[in-house]
Amino acid sequence: MKKKVRINGYLAAGLILTAVIILWIVVGQFYTPYDPTKMSMDKLQGPTLAHLFGTDRFGRDIFSRVMRGSWTTLVIAVSTVAIGCVVGTIIGAVTGYFGGAADEALMRINDALTAFPSILLALVIISFLGPGKYNVTVALGIVFIPSFARVTRTAFAAQRDVNYITSARLMGASWIRILVVHMLPNTINVLLPAVTIGFNNAVLAEASMSFLGIGVNPPDVSMGYMLSEAQGMIKAAPWYAISVGIMIALLIFGVGLIGEGMQRLDKEVG
Amino acid sequence: MKKRVLAGILALSMTGALLAGCGASGSGSSGSADAQATEAETEEAAAEEEAAPEAEEAPAEGGATAEHAATNEIVIGIAQDLDRSLDPHYTVAAGTKEVMFNVFEGLVKYDSNGDTIPAVAAEAPEISEDGLTYTFTLRDGVKFHNGETVDLDDVIYSITRCRDDENVNSQTRTGLACIADLQKDGDNKLVMTLSEPNTELMSLLTLAIIPSDYDQQDTAPVGTGPYKFVSRTAQDSVVLEKFADYWGTPGNLDKITYKINENAEGLMNGLSSGAIDLVSHLTTVQTAQLDEEEFNVETGTMNLVQALYLNNAVEPFNDIRVRQAMCYAVDRQYVLDMAFDGQGFLIGSNVFPAFTKYFDDSLTNYYEFNQTEAKRLLSEAGYPDGFDMTITVPQNYDPHVATGEVIADKLKEVGINATIKKVTWDQWLEETYNGRDFQSTVIGLTADPLTARSLLERFKSDADNNFINYSNAEYDELFQKAITCYDDAEQTEIYKALEKNLTENAASVYIQDMADMIAVRKGLTGLTFYPLYVLDVSTLKWE
Repeated sequence: MKKKVRINGYLAAGLILTAVIILWIVVGQFYTPYDPTKMSMDKLQGPTLAHLFGTDRFGRDIFSRVMRGSWTTLVIAVSTVAIGCVVGTIIGAVTGYFGGAADEALMRINDALTAFPSILLALVIISFLGPGKYNVTVALGIVFIPSFARVTRTAFAAQRDVNYITSARLMGASWIRILVVHMLPNTINVLLPAVTIGFNNAVLAEASMSFLGIGVNPPDVSMGYMLSEAQGMIKAAPWYAISVGIMIALLIFGVGLIGEGMQRLDKEVG
Repeated sequence: MKKRVLAGILALSMTGALLAGCGASGSGSSGSADAQATEAETEEAAAEEEAAPEAEEAPAEGGATAEHAATNEIVIGIAQDLDRSLDPHYTVAAGTKEVMFNVFEGLVKYDSNGDTIPAVAAEAPEISEDGLTYTFTLRDGVKFHNGETVDLDDVIYSITRCRDDENVNSQTRTGLACIADLQKDGDNKLVMTLSEPNTELMSLLTLAIIPSDYDQQDTAPVGTGPYKFVSRTAQDSVVLEKFADYWGTPGNLDKITYKINENAEGLMNGLSSGAIDLVSHLTTVQTAQLDEEEFNVETGTMNLVQALYLNNAVEPFNDIRVRQAMCYAVDRQYVLDMAFDGQGFLIGSNVFPAFTKYFDDSLTNYYEFNQTEAKRLLSEAGYPDGFDMTITVPQNYDPHVATGEVIADKLKEVGINATIKKVTWDQWLEETYNGRDFQSTVIGLTADPLTARSLLERFKSDADNNFINYSNAEYDELFQKAITCYDDAEQTEIYKALEKNLTENAASVYIQDMADMIAVRKGLTGLTFYPLYVLDVSTLKWE
């Protein structure tokens, strides 16, 4: 019992941290202290009560920009993981359940894709699609498919010949019903940690892409874009890079804690 | 025994690998060397370059600098690579001309006032009464960097090439078309006969004199300037060296290295680490980051026309009312205050203030910032709620990027939703400038040669560098009149009328001639400003 409480500590801390940050980001969609894109003559001011995180080179309030920019990053990360997770799970389920030549072929393609560094692969896709926030989402989504496909395939393949699946098959259940109703719920324990890890990777990937100047375009803001802006004035306005950096770190830390908590929970139960 | 055999095989295969390694590196260095001069210094230069990144990490900041002063050399940071071909007659980018200004000279060259002074010619030409015959006397013993002496054949070759070769930019070509005949008179006199007088001939004759029997200008250019080209490493660096046999006042520094870094932050890091001694075209945000103990910041003008250039051929900018609305909607003073700390000189047409002869200050405030007027024009044109547009900016030029962002901010207030599209310099040249595939772009245009014609000819509807697709019948007609007019005062008036035409038709949103902030390491003196987009390194010296 005592042990279980300690394990939930990760989960609880992660959930609270993430909830607070996401609440803050969501609030930023409706209310920010200043208009995040409005320029003013108060340029490059350090943190004050009026501007908690200071202002940037165009006098924009960094606190407001981080609130709004995190939303862009969050949306990109969530959509990316959604694309990767849904498509990856479908591929994983079908190949895992049926096996055979199609399974072999798809998994080898999967291996080939995994062999490329994910950022490089995303760069290649972006060079076809062009930059912009939707294209970044699509590119990263595609990049994330293989890892989900791999994880779910294993989970589905393991259940292929267990008794309750064989029974379901004998009862005449369609393969779609078997996959969705009987097998999918049993893969949640591997899928959820994969989602949290994927989410963190997606946040970092967006930040890297925008940092390299191929992510979102102004006047859109995102964490990565702000970091690349901040880099240019790291001496004149160190608070810019620091505050953006801390926000990214906190977001990832929170979700990372949840993932860790769930994995430990899983081990304990299993 | 088995083990020994195994060891032998291993040793053999390792030797093989080593040899393969040598082979690869050997062929690699010879491959790059063919683009370089064959002197021993080349390798030193290459070694220097490789050492540079390490120098950046060196803890002793003053170390590299002291070294540069001791070896009497400097490293200049530049934001863009040079044109693929270094042939001076084919050069397109202002950034290339800025560097090669030190390598090439014409019969005449510009001094720091923008006037032409004799260079390869010994003195100003004798001009006949009707203005149709120019007689130049060649300066004695002017040498090319390859050791050969400049003769009349080289001069005739260079001028004829610029007039006839299709790869030369059209301003120079059409400007020189008036030269009907070039004749030698003895060993050192050149008689130039014109078909019609040309008031801008002297500016055109700043064209580089190059050897007639040399075919490697593309990769290893040879000229007569105070510095000679030594080597170039694409995307990395260009090395120049003092030319010992220069006819005039020689340069002070022995070696100039231009270090290319398209990342503005990279240039700034280079400065503060001591790897780079001088960087021009900085913004106040950038100079604010420099250590005052180590750097002087000198301010001049860039001598270019910075504008939000609108593609007159695409919607919605094919409508004059929309273009005028843009002019009213952009608060140029706000751009200066916001992105340049108030520095810079507002302009109203395609001429910069330092070009005093043609600059018409009355056009500067032709469009006063007026959002009501902008909105009225927009609704008249059928865009009462504004529209979406993109502003393409070269990401390696922070001033243009910042200008674009501030403009976007202002445009939003009249309902125009502008997205910034950052592109690399190559992309900008290929797609935006040559391909004309853009809606609007922030860039600076320079004058080369320094003539009103070169600034204004590009807006002729059929000019090959009319990248904004400006098309105005009256403009074409006026321009034709200008270039066939031989009275200087009258011609100046026509050129001013052309400028006014651009302003009235809102060809683009003309913003400013930017203040040129140059960071110069303390101890380095002699920086000279020109009314041109050049950096003269021959006057620089370490104290």
